[in-house]
Amino acid sequence: MSQSSLWLLFLVVGLGTFLQRFIFIYLFGKIEMPDWLRRALRFVPAAALAALVFPALTHPAGHLDISTWNFRLLAGLGGALVAWKSRNVMLTILVGMILLWALEAAFGV
Amino acid sequence: MHIHKDFFAGARGSLPILIGVVPFAMISGVAAVSVGMTFFETMGMSVLVFAGASQLAIFQLMSVGSPWLIMVLTAWVINLRFTMYSATLAPYMQKLSTWRKALLAYMLSDQAFGVSLSHFVATREEVSHRWFYFGSAATIWGAWQISAAIGAWLGALVPASWGFDFAFPLSFMALMFAALRDRPTVIAALAGGLIAVLAKGLPYNIGLVLATFLGIASGYLAESLQMREATQ
Repeated sequence: MSQSSLWLLFLVVGLGTFLQRFIFIYLFGKIEMPDWLRRALRFVPAAALAALVFPALTHPAGHLDISTWNFRLLAGLGGALVAWKSRNVMLTILVGMILLWALEAAFGV
Repeated sequence: MHIHKDFFAGARGSLPILIGVVPFAMISGVAAVSVGMTFFETMGMSVLVFAGASQLAIFQLMSVGSPWLIMVLTAWVINLRFTMYSATLAPYMQKLSTWRKALLAYMLSDQAFGVSLSHFVATREEVSHRWFYFGSAATIWGAWQISAAIGAWLGALVPASWGFDFAFPLSFMALMFAALRDRPTVIAALAGGLIAVLAKGLPYNIGLVLATFLGIASGYLAESLQMREATQ
């Protein structure tokens, strides 16, 4: 990615994100957030994050790989258990990375 | 300019949550460097965007060579939750000039929202609301930027062979489980995740955005059915 398109990316994402933070504070009293939108927004984190997580585990090399040779899938399932129990980002990364390294060291080619 | 005492109350009230903010910001700094960004670019992004989950999503998409537009759309979709925070905090931010509203909006984070809202439901004094929020948001913003800088500096020491890109899905996983609060949110996550897997072959990584919207729709539908059952 070129320098200019990288900074343009930051600017466009940053501006859009700022508007998302600002819009209803600014429009208060003029426009209310519709009830259906408020309800729908509640599901954004769960849906968006799952859409990022699942394919990263099932398609580690760009194609579908559901086998015991997919170390990222195995380590990811271990990480999921930690994430579920702890909800702690640091601990999940730590356990998941150690599992991945251990699997690669033990069975990797 | 005088600083209201509740600014410091907000700052103090945010200290416990920094235990989560500091490592997450450091991870975002390490991750930025791991996808080839310089220290200056990392901090530029951190200040301009200031939204950790969307920044990590961009890094993951960069590492698989996704198109520019998909990165923008994905980041915006992840940050849609801020509109809900914006609507919730709006009543407490009135009587301020537009510039001050803009400054407070810019510093809005998940953590500042959580800390402030739990304080707001406990007090009725109006002046203190915005000062408390300002103290909380500014503290979290400062801690985030300093930690991201330390992370970017540390990131230069992490070799690429460690497979650090795997930290992206792992961090999303922890954030995702934190977002699963009831059956409809679980359904939203399962639908979003499974559709993303099935749609992985679609061009330009558009499956990610598609899966997110269908996941949201699934959760919404599940909640509607649940509400209908409850009223019958």
